[in-house]
Amino acid sequence: MTFISTHIRRVNKKTKAGAFLAAGALSLYLWWLVYRSLPAVAQWLTYDLLPLARGSHTGASIEFFLYDTPKVMMLLVLVVFFVGIIRSFFTPEKTRAFLSGKSELAGNVLAALLGIVTPFCSCSAVPLFIGFVTAGVPLGVTFSFLIAAPMVNEIALGLLYGLVGWKVAVIYMGTGLFIAISAGWIIGRMKLEHHIEDWVSRTAVAGSSVEEAQMTWTDRLVYGRDAVVEIIGRVWVYILLGIGVGAGIHGFVPEGIMASVMGKDAWWSVPLSVLMGVPMYSNAAGVIPVVEALLGKGAALGSALAFMMSVIALSLPEIVILRKVLKPRLIAVFVAVVACGILLVGYMFNLIL
Amino acid sequence: MKIKVLGPGCAKCNKTETLIREAVAEAGADADVVKITDMMEIAALGVVSTPAVIVDDAVKSTGKVPKKKEVMSWLGQ
Repeated sequence: MTFISTHIRRVNKKTKAGAFLAAGALSLYLWWLVYRSLPAVAQWLTYDLLPLARGSHTGASIEFFLYDTPKVMMLLVLVVFFVGIIRSFFTPEKTRAFLSGKSELAGNVLAALLGIVTPFCSCSAVPLFIGFVTAGVPLGVTFSFLIAAPMVNEIALGLLYGLVGWKVAVIYMGTGLFIAISAGWIIGRMKLEHHIEDWVSRTAVAGSSVEEAQMTWTDRLVYGRDAVVEIIGRVWVYILLGIGVGAGIHGFVPEGIMASVMGKDAWWSVPLSVLMGVPMYSNAAGVIPVVEALLGKGAALGSALAFMMSVIALSLPEIVILRKVLKPRLIAVFVAVVACGILLVGYMFNLIL
Repeated sequence: MKIKVLGPGCAKCNKTETLIREAVAEAGADADVVKITDMMEIAALGVVSTPAVIVDDAVKSTGKVPKKKEVMSWLGQ
């Protein structure tokens, strides 16, 4: 009897997995059909449904908006879903256990890479920082994680790929990781442990052990779906705003005007881009559509990358949050080292491209 | 039963607190729900990612809004 019921259960499981796979393949195909027809639909909406003339400023802006918004949303749904499934294998607790006691450099590289796939919300940066440092993760390695986590993520990847192309997406990921690894390594070398606020080391941290439930593949698919609902629900406003601003730039700002401000010939264009980026508080979702429009108007890639990275990686609210655990000197070092990394990346790309 | 909801006040943390309170009311459980927003306290409890839920000193969930079914099982339902 038990043999038969386990057998039936196994068959059920198999058909369930098969049904999941079939549904997945079908939805991917439908996704592709819709995605492919977006440019035609945007043109039809703009020029046939609305009384707009081809080549007019308003027409160009509206068409840009109507094409880019659904395109970016569809790409994000796909990327966030699959990265969500990957993320279901990681938790900050596992990452911490993995990183504690790791040597520098190897630790920096691992921390930056884990920063991409570990689920992390910047609102828990402080408990995470304390949890890492008190568990024996070196300070520099912790910083590599904290720099990479918000900067190099699936939202940035999906948006850059969809709006600017895969080359810039790869360059951004690569240089973002480079900055996280090298800035963390430098901070580690500087031996600044005594510039952590004193209360941190006085905090007696309870050994936490979360009872972990074994996840099935169905759980992971649900996790991916929840990630899509949660992340898209959070960033769609930023994306709409970003694409709105981008569409305005696209239609109304004259060609080539950004070349004088963010072009590669002016030496001050990269530092200026970084300075402009710091007080702006946005995430990857809001800033990338704007960057795409700036690139279209003659901004140099290096300056645009520098602007984008400084908006995402160096934001005043995050600095205020980190101030709770770091003394001013360490904050200053953190900002300076990351800013130097961004400057380097900016100059490098303005030079070679 | 003592339930602690840990979170500095982000949207997910508030959602978790509401969910826990609803579940407790629904189950009619004799549970005391407290919200902990202080970073030092959160860190001292050994939690790395918020929102987190601690039931009688056992960390039950971290870094996500738990599912209602899970919450009910913690309450012995």
